[in-house]
Amino acid sequence: MSIRGKAFIAGAYEHPGRELPDHSIPRIHAEVALGALADAGLTLADVDAYFCAADAPGLGGLAMADYLGLRVRYMDSSDMGGSVYLSHVGHAAAAIAAGKCNVALITLGGRPRTTSLRAPGQLMGAPPEAGFEPVFGLNVSAVYALAAARHVYRYGTTSEQLAEIKVAASLHAQHNENALLRKPVTVEQVVSSPMVSSPLHRLDCCVVTDGGGALVLVNEDIARGLDRRCVKVLGHGEAIEHSHGGWQDITVTGAVRSGRDAFEEARVTPADVDYVGLYDSFTITALLAIEDLGFCAKGEGGRFVLDGALHAPHGVLPFNTDGGSLCNNHPANRGGMTKIIEAVRQVRGEAHPAVQVPGCEIALAHGTGGWLTTRMGNATVILGREDA
Amino acid sequence: MTLPAPVPDITPETETFWKATATGRLLIQRCAECDRCVWYPRFLCPACHSTDLLWTAASGRGTVHSTTVTSRGILDYKDAGSYVLALVELDEGPKMLTNVVECDPAEVFIGQCVEVVFHDTGAGVALPRFRPVTEAAAIPGA
Ligand SMILES: [Zn+2]
Repeated sequence: MSIRGKAFIAGAYEHPGRELPDHSIPRIHAEVALGALADAGLTLADVDAYFCAADAPGLGGLAMADYLGLRVRYMDSSDMGGSVYLSHVGHAAAAIAAGKCNVALITLGGRPRTTSLRAPGQLMGAPPEAGFEPVFGLNVSAVYALAAARHVYRYGTTSEQLAEIKVAASLHAQHNENALLRKPVTVEQVVSSPMVSSPLHRLDCCVVTDGGGALVLVNEDIARGLDRRCVKVLGHGEAIEHSHGGWQDITVTGAVRSGRDAFEEARVTPADVDYVGLYDSFTITALLAIEDLGFCAKGEGGRFVLDGALHAPHGVLPFNTDGGSLCNNHPANRGGMTKIIEAVRQVRGEAHPAVQVPGCEIALAHGTGGWLTTRMGNATVILGREDA
Repeated sequence: MTLPAPVPDITPETETFWKATATGRLLIQRCAECDRCVWYPRFLCPACHSTDLLWTAASGRGTVHSTTVTSRGILDYKDAGSYVLALVELDEGPKMLTNVVECDPAEVFIGQCVEVVFHDTGAGVALPRFRPVTEAAAIPGA
């Protein structure tokens, strides 16, 4: 497939300012976004893809999507220096050609003339939420705990139910000789471990590990010529969720949208999935993903994970058979890569025999990056056998 | 234990908000187009994308939407011990991250009525935190 003739630049806008001492950097991004969209005869509400580089403050595009109130189903914050916006045009065209998005917004903004932020890597300054979160002692476990506490309040979810997720991961990790934590734990051990941010205990939290991972994707011709058993990418979806100006539902994640898009593209349903790799930075992260991806009704996650539902190989929904981030590995504080890697092992039939799901044909890997409660990047990938 | 009161990152678009805290006023932006209140302060309404946002005085009252007792403070909160990080739904609608203070952290609960208090940072601005509304204070004129 080529991008030739598949995408068109409809709007372009250059900010008239050359010295903007009273503008925040997010505001400059907002003004150029409004300018380019007005030029196109479109509005921010039409945008479904966002592209930015390291001049945009915050994590990837999350802060800017939150600030602008974007409803994003495709995002790219890759950087290669000043040429990156040309690269983004190519990426956006490819995404449009692939049907991943319809209206892509690319923004650039900065204030090197009127601030001292001139050193490389310092161009972006603080993200727009900076004045309103760290000052109150926000930390990672606490924002996940806020989502968990609300879920407990609204749906009656219990600490014991959340603990079942850790228990399942630990049962799987015992077979992984590289896992950081290989010892199975009980529900009792999880709920009696020290409280970190209520209602999350220490054993509701993932490990902190060094390490990494990588993937190689090829086209169909090359895949056919390789001796190695390949795994087919059947579908993908992504969604940024954020605070909507303070009107968010903190018990819901962007998996609702990323999952829907991925299932639609893969032309499968949750009932077809044999194995799931679920982002498990905390037990609550996996629980919300189970609900929002549609493996059970909203609010039923706590009851769903009982009775060994997540245990491989014979549970209703075998998950994270490498031990996940809760027990195995969360390299560089990022758990998305290992979720795909173990899903590939499962579809190839190369997981540990004790946890290999028999006849695994369809696997789903889902990531929840950033933070619950404030702003998150969600991505879902559905994989199948090479001949799927 | 007294919570730290770090000096916030103040930008041109949040200066109005922070200046008001010095005199004990909680300001919030209301969108002139869609009438929605917005938290945190910014240049445009994230709901309808209008840039016509007006500063208005918030009531300073709200309800605890979610709450956690956290003992994993970082940066300025590294040595803060256990404290309450809460999401307070303001009477004007939006939810803001903040702390609930002047009570036993274990006694903060979802649905609790709270009111704003300002903690001086020592730099001319104050942090808007919340405390439980007492029975006496809840009855007008009492
Ligand atoms: Zn509005």
